[in-house]
Amino acid sequence: MLGKEVSTTDEFVKGLWRENPVFIQVLGLCPALAVSNTAINALTMGLATTFVLLMSAMSVSALRSFIPREARIVSFICIIASFVTAVDYLIQAISIELSRSLGAFIALIVVNCLILGRAEAFASKNTLGRSVLDALGMGVGFTVALLWIGVVREILGSGSLFGVALFPDTFQTWTIMVLPSGGFFAMAMWLLLVNWLNERTAEAEKRAQEATP
Amino acid sequence: MSDASHWSVFVNAALVNNFVLAYFLGLCPFFGVSARLETAVRMGGAVSFVMLVASVCAYLINLLLDVVNAPYLKIISYILVIASTVQLVEMLMRKLSPPTFRAMGIYLPLITTNCAILGLALFQTNRGYGFTQAIAYALGAGIGFALALVLMAGVREKLDLANVPDLVKGTAAALIVAGILSMGFMGFAGLGR
Amino acid sequence: MNIPGPIQQPPTSAWSMYRAIVGIGAMCALLIVTVYQTTADRIRENQERFLAAAVSQILPAAQTTVAVVQTGAGRLEEAVETSALPVFMGYDADGELVGAVVTAQGMGYQDNIRVLYAYSFELDAIVGFKVLDSKETPGLGDKIEKEPHFLANFEALDATLTPDGDALLHPIVTVKQGQKLQPWQLDGITGATITSEAIGNILNDSANTWAPVLEKNSHAFAIREISEEQ
Repeated sequence: MLGKEVSTTDEFVKGLWRENPVFIQVLGLCPALAVSNTAINALTMGLATTFVLLMSAMSVSALRSFIPREARIVSFICIIASFVTAVDYLIQAISIELSRSLGAFIALIVVNCLILGRAEAFASKNTLGRSVLDALGMGVGFTVALLWIGVVREILGSGSLFGVALFPDTFQTWTIMVLPSGGFFAMAMWLLLVNWLNERTAEAEKRAQEATP
Repeated sequence: MSDASHWSVFVNAALVNNFVLAYFLGLCPFFGVSARLETAVRMGGAVSFVMLVASVCAYLINLLLDVVNAPYLKIISYILVIASTVQLVEMLMRKLSPPTFRAMGIYLPLITTNCAILGLALFQTNRGYGFTQAIAYALGAGIGFALALVLMAGVREKLDLANVPDLVKGTAAALIVAGILSMGFMGFAGLGR
Repeated sequence: MNIPGPIQQPPTSAWSMYRAIVGIGAMCALLIVTVYQTTADRIRENQERFLAAAVSQILPAAQTTVAVVQTGAGRLEEAVETSALPVFMGYDADGELVGAVVTAQGMGYQDNIRVLYAYSFELDAIVGFKVLDSKETPGLGDKIEKEPHFLANFEALDATLTPDGDALLHPIVTVKQGQKLQPWQLDGITGATITSEAIGNILNDSANTWAPVLEKNSHAFAIREISEEQ
């Protein structure tokens, strides 16, 4: 990347908001909607993805001079698939129940465009240190985005948060929110909010620029 | 071998548990390619073909891995097979129909990261489908995916001409449409048992 | 084109391609196999614990279980490999047969449902039921998992066999909520008709397949030696 020198903290921070993988880059939608029907599922998926992202970014960055250009996609996919297989077994070893509720979606981390995208766009061209920061930032941003969607869907759709009931029994849950449609709607809602906030910031900056003589 | 009938497997994959609208698989191309009806149809066709090939290969890989007792190689084998199939489709398309190839652009190689195809392979394995059931499943999934894509494209083309607030234009509108389509497909539940 | 472009990389040699692909392949294989081996025992323990908890929930009298598998011509043998739909014979602390536990699955409203049920040789009935895997509609279909009035069906769901012992005398069938008259009927759940009927079908099909075989072989499996190592 040509241009200004990016500070090391910025490598991490950019993944949280400015280049948030779900809401700004619109990557990794499949798991974002599929596994975000409860907060705990969203958190687990986010952490698992962050782990794979981190490990594959580290591997790709460490091996970047070793992997020739023509073989890179195949190599990246092999590396990512291996870490995903590892995560799959690790989660099963931790809790069968968790593994069941996440189902096939752990395996689907391998086709999360976010991981392949970061490996290709960043880790293969940057030092190990920066790649780690980038991966962590993107991973945390992804997890946070997933949590936003998950929290909304669980509160409205099941009346609970992390399994703890929030409302008395008389609360009529919006079951649609834990169904696929709800995923789409929740994401649309957050996307609108994010777009609106970004627009306002851009307008405020523009006004500030015009104001200064 | 699961004892579900072929018809129920097919209908389930195409409508009741539509890969895009119920399982959230294949969303990247779904939102990326559904702006134009023509590309949507072509993408649907390409994905269906890759699904068919992937399904057969997944079945064979499973047999092989069961024989050598190496279940941990499933994910990596599936994804490598899918990547190769997409490469093959790309080469075929470039030879047989260059204009289609150019129209699809970047989206053709992106079929590799289409979670729908890997999802197909994984679900088929988990449910223990036999060979003919796997084919029915792949056909159903492909047609369902193409159907969702075409419906989405039709709506989005019309939406482009409508008076939509700037904030909502683009992905947000597409998400809301997808949510409504998903609700519509919920009406198929219980069909074809 | 004479425009000087970015620094051209020299064409990649075949050796460096092979080296990369084989090297990466070897490293990945090492990673996968290491994790697999390290976690295999723990995973098996988890799965056994999960199944054991489910079995003791629906067949409390059973202290030990033995997995069995059908081997053609209605014979039953101890299972050597784990099956996707395991069936167990349950024994109490004295090694006497107290019942069988069967896994069954079938299509529900949304997706596949996997259930576990306990069969009593004494009562010729299904005496326990637990949903293992279901993706039925939250708040409606998923009532089959916990709703007391539905679970009450399984205190003694009749599964008597025909005189020749080849099939269920009365097929298990789901009826509308509140209309259960016969012990082989399943009282359904209002608002979740399809899911309730699915459970009825799953149990009927499974019991028709397994109850005859279990009964015919119950003498062969009547007593189990409790080995010292346990």
